[in-house]
Amino acid sequence: MAGIQLNTLRKIYAGNVEAVKGISIDIQDGEFIVLVGPSGCGKSTLLRMVAGLETITEGELFIGDRLVNNVEPADRDIAMVFQNYALYPHMSVYNNLAYGLKNRRIPKNEIESRVRKAAEILEIGEFLNRKPRQLSGGQRQRVAMGRAIVRQPAAFLFDEPLSNLDAKLRVQMRMEIKKLQKGLGTTSLYVTHDQLEAMTLADRLVVLNGGVVEQIGSPINVYEKPASAFVATFIGSPAMNLLPLTKSGGEWKLDNGATVDVMLNTDLSDLILGVRPEDLLIEELSEKSGSDLHTALTVQVVEPVGAESYVHGTIGEGSKDVVVRAPGKLHFEPGQVLKVTAKPEKLHTFDTKTGKRIEIEGPLETA
Amino acid sequence: MKHTQFWDHTILTFGALIMLVPVVYALMTSSHDAVSIYKDGLQLSPGGHFVDTYKQVLTEAGGFTRSVTGLTMLWNSLILGLGFAFGKIIISMLAAYAIVYFRFPFGTFFFWIIFSTLLLPLEVRILPSYEIVQGLGMANTYSGLIIPLIASATGTFYFRQFFKTVPDELVEAARIDGAGPVKFFIDILVPLSRTMIAAIFLIMFVFGWNQYLWPTLITTDESLFTLVRGMKQILQVWIGAQIPDTNQAMALAVLAMLPPVLIVVIFQSWFVKGLVESEK
Repeated sequence: MAGIQLNTLRKIYAGNVEAVKGISIDIQDGEFIVLVGPSGCGKSTLLRMVAGLETITEGELFIGDRLVNNVEPADRDIAMVFQNYALYPHMSVYNNLAYGLKNRRIPKNEIESRVRKAAEILEIGEFLNRKPRQLSGGQRQRVAMGRAIVRQPAAFLFDEPLSNLDAKLRVQMRMEIKKLQKGLGTTSLYVTHDQLEAMTLADRLVVLNGGVVEQIGSPINVYEKPASAFVATFIGSPAMNLLPLTKSGGEWKLDNGATVDVMLNTDLSDLILGVRPEDLLIEELSEKSGSDLHTALTVQVVEPVGAESYVHGTIGEGSKDVVVRAPGKLHFEPGQVLKVTAKPEKLHTFDTKTGKRIEIEGPLETA
Repeated sequence: MKHTQFWDHTILTFGALIMLVPVVYALMTSSHDAVSIYKDGLQLSPGGHFVDTYKQVLTEAGGFTRSVTGLTMLWNSLILGLGFAFGKIIISMLAAYAIVYFRFPFGTFFFWIIFSTLLLPLEVRILPSYEIVQGLGMANTYSGLIIPLIASATGTFYFRQFFKTVPDELVEAARIDGAGPVKFFIDILVPLSRTMIAAIFLIMFVFGWNQYLWPTLITTDESLFTLVRGMKQILQVWIGAQIPDTNQAMALAVLAMLPPVLIVVIFQSWFVKGLVESEK
């Protein structure tokens, strides 16, 4: 077991396409790190660089204390779980698990005991003599994980391992992966584009966009203090509402004229205001005091999901779609006008140009 | 529905008859003796000399030198067919492996060069090939018969297309599992290609078995004659008042047909298996 250190890693493909633009992450021993980001953000490339399946253009990669930039994947002491499982179709489950060990000339009885143990942990003991094609998607995924476990590597690398499973199985396997990782205590690097998967699995999240790290932090930290407008909209579902905020006459106002009573230490006069759907309160349902954003929302579409409803609406002419998370038992009609409000500590502001977070210093003091 | 079925069957039966009648002709004619065929032409009814003819064809030495029997020719054909098929499979698999999995200068260029030779039939290069084989002293040997023919653009192309459908993740998983290029080829690629190998074997064996021009050029020693060659030899025996042994030629033709038919029948189940089970 070992930590992994990524030291300003860069990947430049032929044709000068820079997929990974100098990423540094210090992964502790036993930590579960999730790389999350939209398609093409470089997360898979980064994982494959750690695995040794892509060459490193620049920077240093340490697994444990060893510099492994030019070490073959097989000698990096890592195991990888692929999205489409990548099981050897012509081999039995047993041989799939044993193949990597055989190539390492591990004694037969040792292989046997390791495979049996992994099969027991993953509850695939009864399938050991079957071929992968005789297994269901979930079972194949277990076999793929078994192949990683038997190797007893320094680190597990997961490349979107749950993407091919149906929704229900995905939730179940998600929990199992987390339990397994905690049980074995093996350092893990996990790639996904699903923010929910990222939130639930990670000890620390790494949000990537366009080949750079947007934010590294614990899931709650990233959720509550997104470092940029991109992170704010990427993490959380439904996404955070972003509205233009302009300074006029010493007051911060929304497009529809509603004032936002916050104090900001910035020279800029154009910002983005962010507020999560669950932080927007419908005024009739909440106390009126201490709220620093008041505006009218015209309901357009309501999406009931059971426990809650997502109320989509607009605030004035040409405004963006604003989503409010309301209790499921309430009933809304399209066209209805609601008064919504938010507390100052629940507001986020971002630079319009760079998208970077600007801390709100507090509610406006009444002069 | 019934109407369609009736016509379907009519057309199928007609097609089958066109294919089968010549075979039946050959089979029936081979069971008569040479004299009655010479008198009455080809036969559609069984004659009384079935066992005689085949025994004679298989065991009695024929040809100009009277040193080659049907069995020898059958054996030679088998060696040519098998050597041809296995040689082609090995060479084209290795070539396709190099083209698909290794990045080397002008790789694509070489592939297209190989591919373009698909356009050239054997006959185009037969003279230079003959010169080379003759010059190397390989005329009248099995290796001279087989080796010049085993480079296969068709096989290389088929295997290349197949290897390209093998998911990259499988290669990567094998790399992480510590399988080098040779191990990956033997442990994973070859077993995955089983049905493909069977298909190519089937095509190539029949193709090799039926080779006529090349064996004719390269073998002058009758002990190396293949069945397809020997057949013609029998019909050419017009010495003096001798009647051509049409019955024997027909018997050889039937014998020459048998192994390819057997191979197709045996490997057909592999074909179906390969199509029904998706392994990837």
